[in-house]
Amino acid sequence: MLVVRDLRTSYGKIEALKGISITVNDGEIVTLIGANGAGKSTTLKTISGQLAPVAGSIEFNGENIAGMPAHKVTAKGIIQVPEGRRIFSRMTVLENLEMGAYLRDDKDGIAADLEHVFELFPRLKERISQKGGTLSGGEQQMLAMGRGLMANPKLLMLDEPSMGLAPVVVETIFEIIQKLNADGITVLLVEQNANLALSIADRGYVLETGEIKLEGTGKELLANDDVRKAYLGEG
Amino acid sequence: MSADLIIQQLVNGVTLGGMYALIALGYTLVYGILLMINFAHSEMFMGGAYVGLGMLTWLSSDSFPASSFFKGSTFGLILLFLIVFAVAGITIGVLGVIIERVAYRPLRHAPRLAPLISAIGVSIFLQNAVLLWIDSKAIPYPSLFPVRQVISIGGASLNSLQLLIVVASLVLLLILDTFVSKTRIGKAMRATSQDREAAGLMGIDINYIIALAFFIGPALGAVAGIFHGMYYGTVIFSMGFIPGIKSFTAAVLGGIGNLRGAMLGGFVLGIVESLGAGFLSTGYKDVIAFGILILVLIFRPGGLLGESVVEKV
Ligand SMILES: Nc1ncnc2c1ncn2[C@@H]1O[C@H](COP(=O)(O)OP(=O)(O)OP(=O)(O)O)[C@@H](O)[C@H]1O
Ligand SMILES: [Mg+2]
Repeated sequence: MLVVRDLRTSYGKIEALKGISITVNDGEIVTLIGANGAGKSTTLKTISGQLAPVAGSIEFNGENIAGMPAHKVTAKGIIQVPEGRRIFSRMTVLENLEMGAYLRDDKDGIAADLEHVFELFPRLKERISQKGGTLSGGEQQMLAMGRGLMANPKLLMLDEPSMGLAPVVVETIFEIIQKLNADGITVLLVEQNANLALSIADRGYVLETGEIKLEGTGKELLANDDVRKAYLGEG
Repeated sequence: MSADLIIQQLVNGVTLGGMYALIALGYTLVYGILLMINFAHSEMFMGGAYVGLGMLTWLSSDSFPASSFFKGSTFGLILLFLIVFAVAGITIGVLGVIIERVAYRPLRHAPRLAPLISAIGVSIFLQNAVLLWIDSKAIPYPSLFPVRQVISIGGASLNSLQLLIVVASLVLLLILDTFVSKTRIGKAMRATSQDREAAGLMGIDINYIIALAFFIGPALGAVAGIFHGMYYGTVIFSMGFIPGIKSFTAAVLGGIGNLRGAMLGGFVLGIVESLGAGFLSTGYKDVIAFGILILVLIFRPGGLLGESVVEKV
């Protein structure tokens, strides 16, 4: 589904991605783990078109989308739920969800997906006319994910969905990620919480200062000594 | 000051406020999305007045085939003014879009001072273009609109032109308010002003939204320009400066970036200025307006309805 080859992205003179290659197959959960500043968000932002790569290709279902503006990438079905949620703080929960469906005009489909989001996140339904900015952190993450789902994604890219959340909430969020994947959505998951991410992922990549250091199945990486030392706080 | 005079100044203030509100929206729309003060906006107001002048003169001149129809009946006159406002609004709206494309978009990622200076450049350019190519002196505005007293209370009165300005302003404000709160594109505009990058991730074409803001603001400014020409009877190339700064004050007063704030700020400023002029003397009206700006900046930098400024700066 997604094939990234030799991707390089820079912020001015600083090269944040030094030629990375990753693949996400249809139906997989793939995770990208790595320390702060490794380039995880940069990878997602380059795929979603918020940043233009210096070199390399991003193929989505056979089409090169590298350098395409964000709104066109979204139209292809690649939906990014950004780091820090980035919900529209002065719009209501419902308006935020509507914005997720901005490019769609299938009224019935939108209504059905709205119901689906409310089933996944009943809290959002209770707070339907509350302003996004007044939600709690966990609720904001739910809203950010719900908003992403309203776009009817083919590939859902989540940037640190567990950040700053209580363990119970994190658990709920991860259960939902698995449920969405079971329903057919392909997931590219960026996480600090490597243990949790690897435990639900089919495959994973370890990113270190802009380069892929390791790759393998979730199980392999969980068992890998280097990974255990560096990211699972062991050794 | 007598009660009559107070009422009269209120009427004048609301009329003036309608114009300020229309112009203030242009400042606030652009600021809300780009965090940029479009100093050339006052020239959209001036340009609108001149396009209106040209259209009114042309359509009512004896050489224009339908001029007698336009001038011959109430219906004709209404049609004439609708055409004039529409043409001026669209022309200046398109001008606004072009200015954004040429003078601001290339500087989108430059330091914040750069587009500001570019805007001042555009403003000077447009003023000089009118000065050189049209006239350096004031030009009388065609008085086609029948100005009659509509309501009188004691010694105070409201005339038909004031009524037109107030009603038309309120209608336009209401339309814009409904547009941004109810329609898909309008909501996309709000989303863009709250978080531009996240809006892009929703599939919103940011450049389109910015262009739209640069169409709507100048179009409303152009309408205000025609009102100004009709109300004061003349236009001059430099006419945008003072109303521009005052409307900017109105936008800050209401909370820059906040549309309803700009509307409220416009009316508050118009009324306070007119009452002040009545109580003291007309010479003080600019002092009052700028005094308000300074007071707001000191005591309530977020403005009356301001919320965005706190978040954004
Ligand atoms: N806007 C920017 N300007 C300059 N450098 C940046 C910018 N954004 C990120 N960087 C740099 O690029 C590198 C990669 O950043 P990135 O945000 O992709 O890291 P990350 O892996 O997502 O980290 P975290 O886990 O902290 O979110 C870092 O060294 C960072 O300082
Ligand atoms: Mg990150």
